[in-house]
Amino acid sequence: MNFSPQLEERFAKMLTRYPEGRTRSAVVPMLIYAQDEVGAVTNELIEEVARRCKVTPLQVDEVVGYYSMLHRKPQGKFHVQVCTNISCLIVGGEELYEHAKKKLGVGHKETTADGQFSLEEVECMGACSWAPAVEINYDFHHHVTPEKLDQLIDGLRKAQ
Amino acid sequence: MAKQLYNQPSPLETRVVSKNFAIEGSETLDVYLANDGYKAFRKAREMTPEAIIDEVKTSALRGRGGAGFPTGLKWSFVPRTSPKPRVIVVNADESEPGTCKDRLLMEYDPHQMIEGILIAALAVDAHAGYIYIRGEYRYLIEVMDRAIDEAYAKGYLGKNVAGTGFEFDLYTHSGAGAYECGEETALLDSIEGKRGIPRMKPPFPAVAGAWALPTLLNNVETFSAIPAIIRDGGAAFAALGTPKNGGTRLVCISGHVNRPGVYELPLGYPMMKAINEVAGGIPGGKKLKAVVPGGSSCPILKADECDIPMDYDTLAKAGSMLGSGGMVVLDETTDMVRFALRIMKFYAHESCGWCIPCREGTTWLKKILQRFYEGQGRREDISMLGELSKNMLGRTFCALGDAAALPTISIVEKFTEDFEMYLARQEVMV
Repeated sequence: MNFSPQLEERFAKMLTRYPEGRTRSAVVPMLIYAQDEVGAVTNELIEEVARRCKVTPLQVDEVVGYYSMLHRKPQGKFHVQVCTNISCLIVGGEELYEHAKKKLGVGHKETTADGQFSLEEVECMGACSWAPAVEINYDFHHHVTPEKLDQLIDGLRKAQ
Repeated sequence: MAKQLYNQPSPLETRVVSKNFAIEGSETLDVYLANDGYKAFRKAREMTPEAIIDEVKTSALRGRGGAGFPTGLKWSFVPRTSPKPRVIVVNADESEPGTCKDRLLMEYDPHQMIEGILIAALAVDAHAGYIYIRGEYRYLIEVMDRAIDEAYAKGYLGKNVAGTGFEFDLYTHSGAGAYECGEETALLDSIEGKRGIPRMKPPFPAVAGAWALPTLLNNVETFSAIPAIIRDGGAAFAALGTPKNGGTRLVCISGHVNRPGVYELPLGYPMMKAINEVAGGIPGGKKLKAVVPGGSSCPILKADECDIPMDYDTLAKAGSMLGSGGMVVLDETTDMVRFALRIMKFYAHESCGWCIPCREGTTWLKKILQRFYEGQGRREDISMLGELSKNMLGRTFCALGDAAALPTISIVEKFTEDFEMYLARQEVMV
């Protein structure tokens, strides 16, 4: 399996940074970066990461289920993550999440039929003082209102 | 145009770790060097390791991740003459609900943290360091990677740090979404490429940490405070705070306040002043109901318990904790049943499942709170929530079990009337 040149460069460096014989340490970072490029943690990707990190596919597979950002099925092109944890909850995070469900017509960890958007109710992502917060892919959005969320989603849709 | 910060700074702040935040280009090495950067490292290079650790002890700096353990003491546990190489690990897995400060330290002043790491490396004679950053903070991994690249290019990392002959390599390491990995031993398993499961202690990480090597592990903010401590002296840092509670810390104020934000305040700062003056008070003239003083794991304080100084020891005396600095302010309209449920949903989701009291306890507490919230509560549930929680205390490998139980016990005991109100409403419905 081949990745983009940038990712290959990243992985080559990654495999040298841990102490001698400890390439297993690269499993989680390699999975998350590769997932971004491949779209999901596929069986083929598990085999590939195992080969590169010199571990068994089972040792890769067992971490996939543990880390919440790793997923076996593809998400939408834009993965909308709405925080409803305490700091967000008390300033409208849960209402914002309900609004996002209606706006996108999907529920928790579901993807729109056109594959453009997926939604996830997430745990605290470290934006508490600027709540409610939404992360779309890796971009943070703070003080998000239902109107602001509509604008964000419509803007991404239009840019397609 | 002035630099756009996440929130307006307050004139009431005491800026030590955040002193460079508002400076344009503060994330670059040149700006860092122009603002006292690497003065502390050069000074530390002339000191003995024992003297560095003594200075940190004098500063009364306590771990800013949540546990509040004295940093100098923690450093002294690392066997610097061990035949095994020592490593430094930075806990940048910031995920305690209510906490959003490490983000700023990495985004606005990455070189301050790097200098802190280098000083720690001198103290324990380590030559490699790993910054474990939560996966959701991808942009910060990029910020840190850029800062590290710049430091290598300009000779502040690598074979000859700042021309002093000291050798040190530093790397970022991405997590992938797991609150549990903020627990230091689970983080170490995670960095080894495994599921983040807590380890039995002893051995402590100082003796056998990452890859069974002696490991010095601290939070982002703890490392970021080190340059100021060495530069201006431990005593000067200590004097900013109260006895045994040295210095300042970043307090993340969220919830029902007019000016939520991250503010740097000295240890021992009055909690009510932080709420009413620094954060501008509660909107709409509403009354204070409760405060989560240091992240969701901390027992909640009722309004009448909040007239206290914010230091580790006073908070402990008040039956709570200063924790990670995540302070959530709740006004009188807050539904504590809903609040307790959301806390428990979080811990049930994040329990790694290793210890049965935590795995089962959080699941059952969530179920009971859920049915209460949905109007199916039973009177005996109120006492059962407390009893179940108390059965979890101290019966798990790591602190996650306690972190789930403690706030629940405090909410059920201090806000029983909120639960009673649900029962009364149910009776009316029948």
